[in-house]
Amino acid sequence: MNQTDELIDYLLQMGDSAMITGQRLCELCGHAPSIEEELALMNVGLDLVGQARNWLEYAAERLNDGRDADRLAFLRGEHLYRNLLLVEQPNGDYAQTCVRQFLYDAWHFHRLQGLQHSSDKMVAAIANKALKEVTYHLRRSSEWMLRLGDGTDYSHQRMQKALDQLWRFTHELCTVSEREQRQYQAGLCSDPQQQLNAWRETVESVLVRATLNLPPPAHYFYLSGIEGRHTENLGPLLANMQSLARAYPDARW
Amino acid sequence: MHAGELIASDWCGHRAKAEDLPKAWSLMEQVMDPEVPVVSLVDLGIVRDILFQDGRLKVVLTPTYSGCPATEVIEQRVRQALECAGYATPYLEQRLAPAWSSQWITEQGRQRLLDYGIAPPQEKSGPVPCPQCASLDTEPVSEFGSTACKALYRCLRCKEPFDYFKCI
Repeated sequence: MNQTDELIDYLLQMGDSAMITGQRLCELCGHAPSIEEELALMNVGLDLVGQARNWLEYAAERLNDGRDADRLAFLRGEHLYRNLLLVEQPNGDYAQTCVRQFLYDAWHFHRLQGLQHSSDKMVAAIANKALKEVTYHLRRSSEWMLRLGDGTDYSHQRMQKALDQLWRFTHELCTVSEREQRQYQAGLCSDPQQQLNAWRETVESVLVRATLNLPPPAHYFYLSGIEGRHTENLGPLLANMQSLARAYPDARW
Repeated sequence: MHAGELIASDWCGHRAKAEDLPKAWSLMEQVMDPEVPVVSLVDLGIVRDILFQDGRLKVVLTPTYSGCPATEVIEQRVRQALECAGYATPYLEQRLAPAWSSQWITEQGRQRLLDYGIAPPQEKSGPVPCPQCASLDTEPVSEFGSTACKALYRCLRCKEPFDYFKCI
């Protein structure tokens, strides 16, 4: 991979995780447990889809092969998606939705902080804008961790169960890949190890306050979202999300 | 096609001149935000700059939120306002950096929001005053309201719910 390919790969990682999280949240439209939560989830989803568009537009510009952001989002197969495994997991019960969102928001927040002073001006611009929005996302999802984790015995039990179930997907959130190390050396982002330490600190401090047990560090397993080896959950999500674009390619309205 | 309508015209709008810039700004002051129709794009700080380039006007816009669905409508309205005023094919630029900040909302914009029943963004900490009765006895209901830029509050004195324009 040359340097441009690596940049594009990085842009896709950022864009795809935002896109897939946004899509998962939008599945809850009309199904959220309360009207305020419905508004909040749709707002977060909208922010993320907007951010995904910014990342994918820039990726399309750098790719320069005639594809635009829509084509990248709607006509790319599963193995070419670079999102985190965590965010493609189904909404499950509300505890799972909350825990997934919190773990992602914390990762997203520190990741964007690390891109604020990127040597690539466009990356820095997109990240700075997104960071303002994600600060709100993280605050909201942290509050739900506290409220449900430190709530009733029953809500605590369900949150702990959701955390234990989803924790195995955090391996790629707290491991620095060789590629990220190279991107750091090229000045694209700040030290990825520092970002991961910050993620761990944020997660630990919220879990402690939420009276939830921190599971032991997640082990490596053979799947990896950023390498395009996804769980069985991404395919059906994309089939749904891309069905219109695939049935009517290049449709305009 | 009705009688008297022009099929084609050799009039294609006048070329913009540097003297047109103040007029263009006052035009932008008349373009209202599609979601909060009492504040203009200038009040909100979305219009960052108006320049004069190769005989065309160039308007620089900074979107408020990444996913704000009003972004496209705003572009359309800006284009329409300028074209209706006779500025042919204005050039629009989306500028991401520096990211939009609620601090860019003008004093007039803040007053207009308040008059409309939306609490303007409050940069200093402390309670958000109720836009209806000015009571400080208010509480947040949700960090997210009817649009990306607003949070939902309620007043504990007059019991009215209200939107609060978030600080970002």
